[in-house]
Amino acid sequence: MSEYVVELKNATKRFPGVVALNHMQIAVKPGEILGLIGENGAGKSTLIKVLTGVYQADEGEIYVNGEKKVFHNPNESAAAGIACVYQELNIEKLLSVTDNIFINKWIKKGMLLDYDTMHKRAKEVMLSLGQDVDPTKPAGTFGMGIQQMIEIAKAVLIDAKMIIMDEPTSSLGEKEVEQLMKTCRELKSRGIGIIFVSHKLEELFELCDRVTVIRDGEYIDTRPIDQWTNDSLITAMVGRTLENQFPKEFGVKGDCFLKVEGLTVGGVLDHVSFEAYGGQILGMSGLVGAGRTETVRAIFGADPVDGGKIYVKGKEVHIRSPKQAIQAGIALLTEDRKGSGLVLAETIRTNLILSSFKHHSSGWFLDENKIEKTGQGHIETLRIKTPSIYEIVGQLSGGNQQKVVIGKWLNADADIYIFDEPTRGIDVGAKVEVYNVMNELVKNGKCVIMISSEMPEILGMSDRVIVMRGGRVMAEVDRDSKHFNQEDLMKAAWGGSLDE
Amino acid sequence: MNKKMGGGVQLGTVLALVIMCAFLAFANRNFYSPGNIMGILKQTAFNAFLATGMLLCLITAGIDLSVGANAIFCACLMGALKEAGVTSGILLMIVAILAGGFMGFLNGTLLTRLHLPHPFVSTLGMKNVLWGAALVVTGNKMINKFPESVQFLGRQTIGSFGGGFPVSFLVIIILYIVMHIFLSRTALGRSIYCAGGNMEATRLSGINTANVLTFCYTMSGIMAALGGILSVGRSGICNGSMATQPYDTDAIAACIIGGASFTGGKGTMIGTMIGALIIAVLRNGFTLLSIDSSVQNIVLGLVIILAVFMDVVRASMEAKRRRLAAAAKAH
Repeated sequence: MSEYVVELKNATKRFPGVVALNHMQIAVKPGEILGLIGENGAGKSTLIKVLTGVYQADEGEIYVNGEKKVFHNPNESAAAGIACVYQELNIEKLLSVTDNIFINKWIKKGMLLDYDTMHKRAKEVMLSLGQDVDPTKPAGTFGMGIQQMIEIAKAVLIDAKMIIMDEPTSSLGEKEVEQLMKTCRELKSRGIGIIFVSHKLEELFELCDRVTVIRDGEYIDTRPIDQWTNDSLITAMVGRTLENQFPKEFGVKGDCFLKVEGLTVGGVLDHVSFEAYGGQILGMSGLVGAGRTETVRAIFGADPVDGGKIYVKGKEVHIRSPKQAIQAGIALLTEDRKGSGLVLAETIRTNLILSSFKHHSSGWFLDENKIEKTGQGHIETLRIKTPSIYEIVGQLSGGNQQKVVIGKWLNADADIYIFDEPTRGIDVGAKVEVYNVMNELVKNGKCVIMISSEMPEILGMSDRVIVMRGGRVMAEVDRDSKHFNQEDLMKAAWGGSLDE
Repeated sequence: MNKKMGGGVQLGTVLALVIMCAFLAFANRNFYSPGNIMGILKQTAFNAFLATGMLLCLITAGIDLSVGANAIFCACLMGALKEAGVTSGILLMIVAILAGGFMGFLNGTLLTRLHLPHPFVSTLGMKNVLWGAALVVTGNKMINKFPESVQFLGRQTIGSFGGGFPVSFLVIIILYIVMHIFLSRTALGRSIYCAGGNMEATRLSGINTANVLTFCYTMSGIMAALGGILSVGRSGICNGSMATQPYDTDAIAACIIGGASFTGGKGTMIGTMIGALIIAVLRNGFTLLSIDSSVQNIVLGLVIILAVFMDVVRASMEAKRRRLAAAAKAH
């Protein structure tokens, strides 16, 4: 008999072009709460999906109670006793608590569902988790805390030996977090092992027995909680060397192009204020879900805003749609290239002029010669690899698609260029070309704002950095400040203070 | 390589039309008589008007199921006004076009400002509203004796070949050329395709997609009104109960056969013209072969299902081709 209830050994998972997990390992003892942390993209989600059978590892073994298992799908993993409460809950809000708990595991009396028994069992399970609720009520009538308990009840009901909780506290209030921790300790006392994924260090210190750190798809370290400190955890998470893959060039700092004051979106952004200058790249750092994308979408008029003021070049603007934002001289390259950046079924030619039909029309009609000329120009300067501008964009590689998006926005002739995760999912060569476009823009006096979850990219390219967390700006750091390093920026992203 | 010239009509669609014509010519010697040909063109014209508006909506990944009822409503509105003593044909037609356009505008507004879900349901509701309204304004009566000018579009012919070339089809040819240029060569035209291909990307590129959609539905209403005026000229009457006829499905079929897709972003005027001709030839063939009208309905229904099925097959084949091309490029 193994000392671990679930053990993953030597797991490697490759996706086209990336190694998501590289000889990864994790092991949970029965009746233990194991913390799991890592930066964005460290491989936490992939690791969870391998354990729950959503993905199959290319190499490596999974043992449950010492017995080797192979999971071809999530059902097999569940049958072996592994359950997961995902960050995005799988709750059918209109169905009753009972229905949610017993979905697919119905108790029947003959041909019919036996609701009397199911309601009773549901009530019992919820009570054992410290929740006295009416199981006949729709799940949506309860708060997030109780909805999460319903997910946990599902896990308890299938006799889970191990429960993975993927950032369970991210959407909970203080009281609910307390209740959740109580429940975790209760589950622990029943001998269930828990993997507790969190972005909040204080929770790990309060709850966990041991903490495992992973980074860049690799296992870094596991220690009992009393052998970790705040600083040692952060160093373990970020500790990688900066290679010189960033051809940073400097512009001349100009006027304040964009000033944001108290930008608020209920429940998402809390009085976000910052300034961005011409001739500079402003980096926006923070964890996934810190509110960076929401901030720039709000500025761009893509989403409605509940409060705050925006000034472009010193003049207050009231932007209610992307059209108005473009007229004010703002361009936004969204993080989701395929979903909101390109019309994949259209040609390169059409995509390039999508934000600048006006500049490419003469009278009523589109100016074919002008379109052809600017299109060819972009293919050359951006080095888009394609036989012609009549190719369908969906057929291009990720890097070339990103260059088409960039070309589209260069055509819009903006003053403020916002890049949201501009190098995500593109190869190293194309990344450098994207950096060079940014260099060119700042050298021409334009203002660039770059959201990136890659710390080296933030440090490599930014003139100034703001760090966000929970919809708020936590810190603002200049390139020549002593705080301009991975550890300090990460500390701010994880809620720490950067004061002396 | 696929330069989008000539509208990208599938060769197969043209071939289907040719084969159908050849078969009918063989099966019935009357098919190629000048009179029959002109009759087909006349029949095509009505559907071609409705299909123009339908195409715009389909390109945006929407649909307008109220076009048929809207056409009949506009015809009935003219009838009611005539009965009420309006004698100017020009005035009647202007009112009809304004009314049809307004109904389309309502459809667009429901979709874009009140954020109703897919226009399938809201335009289906509008269809019933217009059907009822058509009966109400005419008091459930058929109305005839329209002014000459109103009947001009549907009745007038040019020359004497086969009883004369219908003016309505001439108007359709001009309309289709203008719309083809509009869709392929103007900013608004290209915006319609882009909105259908990726609504969010288009909106974030600074195009007011709500206005683009409203424009398409308004145009659809205006085209329906023109169809209504044509129908008055062709039959000499307006009849509210005609609003339940499957005009909408004929228009959808013409677009889909012509290469439009329910997923949006695709479709051309030339393809839609071929599609409308196929539908008209099919209906004409049934009549020539004296096939029972109930059987006609069955066959036409199956043709529409087949067209949608072909759309799905086409999409999955294209996706596969794209995948293979991308894979080939990666190596």
